[in-house]
Amino acid sequence: MDTSRSYLEPSSFSKKMAAAIIIVYAVITLIPISWMVMTSFKNVDSAISYPPEVLFEPSLEGYVNLFTNRSRQSQEYLDSLPAPENWYEELVRSREMVITGPSKFLGRYSNSMIIGFGSTFASVFLGALAAYAFSRFRVPLKDDLLFFILSTRMFPPIAVAVPIFIMYRKLGLGDTHLGMIILYTVVNLSLAVWLLKGFMDEIPKEYEEAAMIDGYSRLQAFFKVVLPQAMTGIAATAIFCMIFSWNEYAFAVLLTQFNAQTAPPFIPTIIGEGGLDWPAIGAGTTLFLLPVMIFTIILRKHLLRGITFGAVRK
Amino acid sequence: MSQIKIVNLQKSFGDFTAVKNSNLTINDKEFFVLLGPSGCGKTTTLRMIAGLELPTSGEIYLGDEEVGMLRASERDIAFVFQLFALYPHMNVRNNLSFPLKMQGYKKSDIKNRVEEAAKLLRIDHILNSNISSLSGGDRQRVALGRALVRRPKAFLMDEPLGTLDAEFRELMCLELKKLHLDIGATTVYVTHDQLEAMSLADRIAVMDGGEILQADEPNIIYNKPKTKFVASFIGSPGMNFFEVNEGISKDQSFVNIEGTKFDIPKQLEESRGSKNFFGIRPENLTLNNNEGLKGSVFGVEYLGSRKIITVKTSLGEIKVKTDISVDVKLNENVQVKPSNNNIIIFDGQTDKSLNSEFIK
Repeated sequence: MDTSRSYLEPSSFSKKMAAAIIIVYAVITLIPISWMVMTSFKNVDSAISYPPEVLFEPSLEGYVNLFTNRSRQSQEYLDSLPAPENWYEELVRSREMVITGPSKFLGRYSNSMIIGFGSTFASVFLGALAAYAFSRFRVPLKDDLLFFILSTRMFPPIAVAVPIFIMYRKLGLGDTHLGMIILYTVVNLSLAVWLLKGFMDEIPKEYEEAAMIDGYSRLQAFFKVVLPQAMTGIAATAIFCMIFSWNEYAFAVLLTQFNAQTAPPFIPTIIGEGGLDWPAIGAGTTLFLLPVMIFTIILRKHLLRGITFGAVRK
Repeated sequence: MSQIKIVNLQKSFGDFTAVKNSNLTINDKEFFVLLGPSGCGKTTTLRMIAGLELPTSGEIYLGDEEVGMLRASERDIAFVFQLFALYPHMNVRNNLSFPLKMQGYKKSDIKNRVEEAAKLLRIDHILNSNISSLSGGDRQRVALGRALVRRPKAFLMDEPLGTLDAEFRELMCLELKKLHLDIGATTVYVTHDQLEAMSLADRIAVMDGGEILQADEPNIIYNKPKTKFVASFIGSPGMNFFEVNEGISKDQSFVNIEGTKFDIPKQLEESRGSKNFFGIRPENLTLNNNEGLKGSVFGVEYLGSRKIITVKTSLGEIKVKTDISVDVKLNENVQVKPSNNNIIIFDGQTDKSLNSEFIK
């Protein structure tokens, strides 16, 4: 750690410079994201208008299109229908279409949630147990095992797509939530073990020894004393695992179709349904972005808390 | 409270033997200090008593029960760590209640016992503070408190004052002693600091190389060391040694060292070989200008009320602890001689002291 900062306070000029650089950088990275969010609130026409509209009349058409299936109807048919019951039906009718039912988006989105959080929990939990063992016990061939765990990350996961596809079909794991959770956990586990081992190594073993002398078993000491202190590492690891399994596309395309399909392979299919519906795509990606963002913001306080601990004098 | 007894205790890590065949009895209510340089096996011994390490062989008795292979949680002892090991995610009160919660006490009992211990240690005003906001001394008190609330069979302490500032250390030393007198618990205390050991202990065991060399009261350890190591490790500076190139026989009462004759206490034991050591503490030597070993002043250290003068002689450097009024200059020629007969002869083969009128 850079200890010089504690007594060499940066000058106010360099602080301002740093702030300016960060603001410029933030603006640059936020442009595409804000454009995406803006697109989600445009209507189909203003989304593709040229020159692009920066100021526009907001519309929820994208979100309506994202959550519904529609079919185009003739004007006579539309006229023959009773008056629309609500605002979104009216919006769809104005496009000469009727709502035929809810789209698959909500189902795909909740699949993403189940698989994303499920595999994140499994990776962090198993990773923490393994990391603790590697950190504390005399494990035979420890270094080789750790290297083996790391080596599972040395090829792109998709390189094993075919064997996994065949295995999953034989095992009946294809297109199931459990299958996808297992797969993402396997991919994330090596990262989780390595990251968490680093954090566990930093926790002096005296803590669990104290707890064991105080009458707790090693497992109880692990949950009551070690895990709370590894919160920083657990938060960081959980964010990494979540980002991977939330964003994963290739395996999701290959292994899921109906039951367990996640949002990433679903979003591109919106393009196919009824022309290039940019507002709906914008709405889908905006909603897709939110969980990871909220998850990171929630865990952020643990990331910061780690710095202020320090109850052990070294 | 209980007696602790270790019998033929041995601990090896691979090829390295950390504790060799040790035997020790720590009496009920005794403040017992394990003293030795780092790596001497004192902490390993303590950790075996605690159950944090399992012995390779031998037995440990806590009271009448053999506990050598029991888990730490099954031994009913308390341990105070050098780094305190206070749980940073809990406040002081929760740290103190933690051991009691496991034992299934009622909430009101836990509260009472925690507050009682806190009062005893004068930490009742910080019960709701976070660990990270405490000073070193307060952390030490909380660590002691966590041990106290248990009312265990014995307290084990691994250099608990090691990380404190010198000023705090003295204060905590006094508090520890007072606490021990108040509650009279069997205590095993590990340290490498002989002053701490001397001021706290009822009895001290000096360890080196995994062996317990001597276990005795502090004044006996100091005045009548049983081995050359104990003599040199205890005292600052340690004992002076001169080589004696002759065998020591029974009833002998003088030795010749490089042609100079020195009186020694009447020996009750003969030496095994013809190379032995003459040991004398620095305060039992005086400087003068007409008799004794010739040498020149090599260094002078002021210790406030005393002075340590290093004299370079043909036998090597000799430390002399003198009164502050003795005035010598660097390189001045002086002579050194014993001022009394508190002299110990160590056998050159075993490094053990030979029995004499002075040390029996």
